[in-house]
Amino acid sequence: MLSDALIKKFKEIAGQANVMDDEADRHAYSYDSAVLQPVVPALVVRPESTEALGKVVKLCGENGLPVTVRGSGTNLSGGTIPDPRDGVVILTNALNRILEINEEDMYAVVEPGVVTAKFAAEAAARGLFYPPDPGSQAVSTLGGNVAENAGGLRGLKYGVTKNYVMGVNFFDTEGEKIVTGSRTVKCVTGLNLAGLMVGSEGTLGVFSEIILKLVPPPAANKAMMVLFDDVAKASETVAAIIAAKIVPCTLEFLDNFTIRTVEDFAHAGLPVEAKALLLIEVDGHPAQVADEAAQVEAICKKMGATRVQVAQSAEERNKVWEARRAALSALARVRPTTVLEDATVPRSKIPAMIKALDEIAAKYKLLIGTFGHAGDGNLHPTILTDRRDTHEFERVERAIDEIFEVALGLGGTLSGEHGIGMAKSKWLAKETSRGTILYSRRLKKALDPKDILNPGKILGEE
Amino acid sequence: MADVRELHKLLMELDDQLVTCMRCGMCQAVCPLYAETGREALVARGKIALLEHLAHEMIKDAAGVQEKVETCLLCGACAANCPSGVKVLDIFLKARAVLTGYMGLPPAKKLIFRGLLVRPGLFNTILGLGAKLQGLFVKPVNEMLGSSCARFQSDVIGDRHFPALAGEPLHKLVPSLDTAKGNSGLKVGFFPGCMVDKVFPRVGKAVLKVLEHHGVGVFLPGHQACCGIPALSSGDRKSYDVLVDKNLECFAGGSFDYLVTPCATCTSTIKKFWPTFADSADQGRREALVALAAKTLDINEFLVDILKVQPSGVPGAKDMKVTVHDPCHLKKSLGVAAQPRQVVRLNPNVELVEMKDADTCCGCGGSFTLLHYDLARRIGKKKRDNIAASGAQVVATGCPACMLQITDMLSKAGDRVAVRHPVELYAETLG
Repeated sequence: MLSDALIKKFKEIAGQANVMDDEADRHAYSYDSAVLQPVVPALVVRPESTEALGKVVKLCGENGLPVTVRGSGTNLSGGTIPDPRDGVVILTNALNRILEINEEDMYAVVEPGVVTAKFAAEAAARGLFYPPDPGSQAVSTLGGNVAENAGGLRGLKYGVTKNYVMGVNFFDTEGEKIVTGSRTVKCVTGLNLAGLMVGSEGTLGVFSEIILKLVPPPAANKAMMVLFDDVAKASETVAAIIAAKIVPCTLEFLDNFTIRTVEDFAHAGLPVEAKALLLIEVDGHPAQVADEAAQVEAICKKMGATRVQVAQSAEERNKVWEARRAALSALARVRPTTVLEDATVPRSKIPAMIKALDEIAAKYKLLIGTFGHAGDGNLHPTILTDRRDTHEFERVERAIDEIFEVALGLGGTLSGEHGIGMAKSKWLAKETSRGTILYSRRLKKALDPKDILNPGKILGEE
Repeated sequence: MADVRELHKLLMELDDQLVTCMRCGMCQAVCPLYAETGREALVARGKIALLEHLAHEMIKDAAGVQEKVETCLLCGACAANCPSGVKVLDIFLKARAVLTGYMGLPPAKKLIFRGLLVRPGLFNTILGLGAKLQGLFVKPVNEMLGSSCARFQSDVIGDRHFPALAGEPLHKLVPSLDTAKGNSGLKVGFFPGCMVDKVFPRVGKAVLKVLEHHGVGVFLPGHQACCGIPALSSGDRKSYDVLVDKNLECFAGGSFDYLVTPCATCTSTIKKFWPTFADSADQGRREALVALAAKTLDINEFLVDILKVQPSGVPGAKDMKVTVHDPCHLKKSLGVAAQPRQVVRLNPNVELVEMKDADTCCGCGGSFTLLHYDLARRIGKKKRDNIAASGAQVVATGCPACMLQITDMLSKAGDRVAVRHPVELYAETLG
């Protein structure tokens, strides 16, 4: 329990209405989108200015209070679940100002609580493009995206959040403001602290401002839906397109279970008999788009696609994406609990990964729908279960273990875009090395001696 | 106060519905309260988590959870945007009933629901008296909007600008009606709803005029009761059941093809909640509610989808710019959005202009505006700004509660924008 005197200090900094200490309010910040046990924070603070943010962090530092920063709480790895030892949740959703969009130099400066889709729309209104598009972009915040190094459907060609971070300002545990990176394309001043902060999941500092790179939007695009009567053919096609040195902006995969579920739910006219679907979009200069679309079509046919439907209009293009957009919604309705994983493998290993997922589903008697970003090897095997069924959920946990085992065995990674958080920290050594963990812990210890910055995330408990 | 174990048991019965929320947080994108406050406990995901925590005895603060669950416009934007298809409104209404059962109904609500609302005759008399005496207490502020405000300091009214109670409510003008099918070969039951009856009888008259013009027979039984939503949303299932039964009785006496209402809230209550919350009833009552719900249509929907009313083709002056506000209970609950616009276009003088965010909540939320006026006003202010920015002279909306709230917002801002029901704009063109 925090003392009344301390709570009063938080209220003096952030304002009475921005400090929540009653039981019901605190319980509303005990979870995120990961299927994990909730942990109730001792206090929730919502600073409205970066100055207040710095002071709140400093106060937590002085009192050794564990800090978990939360934007919209959409993350899927437990990164925003607070610490059980008098954890303080700092909300950033009042720090939601876009401070600058520079059209001449193509960058923007934002506060961490800006919602991703709003920012992308604002950039688009100025004729600029912010490519990272996590599935939660309608609500997720840029601070969270940077902290988790979020990906999205366009990762294949445009990369993920880290490819757009030019700089971040953040507070250390003493409330000192750290300034890193620059508004310039090139900047090698000082240690690359901005690079260190991206994907650090709130364990090394608290963001106050972020400088993001913007790019010119593609002039043209072409989308197509490609059907296969065999999963292996579909996944081999993904590898073949990349091997032909074509990089579509999006290359998505849906397995038969997902296709059928989407069709049942959305009645989008999907071919339920297809064993797999690829949704492919190329973008760029019109001439290049025409050329690449023709090549992709030819490759698909050569690889044994049963049908290639190229969208002829914006409306048809939208229809192509409707199926993909409906995938999670459709799957989520089948059973009460939806466990969305993001184990990722090198693209050439997609056929092996999909085969393994099928075997794991059969072995543990689980419903697994697989869809996702096949083009960058980032699949989303989605386990449909009921977390209240303890026997079944044990099988889910064993299946997840095996999914990671397989992904790592194929030279892949634990997480393509959701982060390690609490959910996957026990696996970290397996992908990296004991030395990596020790090095990272030493780093954290030096920067955060009291271990108050999102303790337990990524590196686990010591 | 009832037994806390009973509370947990009843909440656990909701568990199957609560557990379908996957905590993705997509409701945050569309929740007007979240946009205004940024508070997780006020958005659907947070409320569902709190209910689940209460059900599983992880949290003791039942009063705190009730307060959060009741701070909701019930606009249904979250449900319409939910990837998992969580039946948010059903959950909240059931939870409110459980929590009210445990905490007890506040005395003021008890008086209004159990003393007044369930006695339609007395309710009419009291409000009729109110209409006659209101001149002593309120004064007109905006002639175009027909709004008034309190003459004296009043806790209930505050500084609201509201349309006064009508001098002659609809039930005085047209106590009952039972006319034969005309050219259309159709007959409808007509459920005006309390607000149209007592505040906007002109909307009821417009509906009757339009139905007569199109040769539609009307069955309008007297002594209709409130549709029940204020009681249901306050967790007072007892009063709600009484009200539904009274209405069921009223309409049992007539034969008609459809039941129409000019009130988005009444339509969605009858169509969605009457069958959903029929569990305490015997099978006969349940079947009657399901059958009546299946026949129920919003008046705009009836005109466009059933009567297939077309514009006259007579060119008009197009000198009236009209913008349309989508009531939550029409668009998000029933998917009715094109039809009110069609009805507005039936007036040849209308130029339809769309406002920004036409389908976001106006902030009324039924009794929400009474209990949380500051939030209601902040949300309503955005609606007002969007209406003003559209440049329209008229805002049309198919929900009398929205009409009330929007009138307040426009009147406070001193706007010269009229608030009308789409059917009124159409009725004007019929001789």
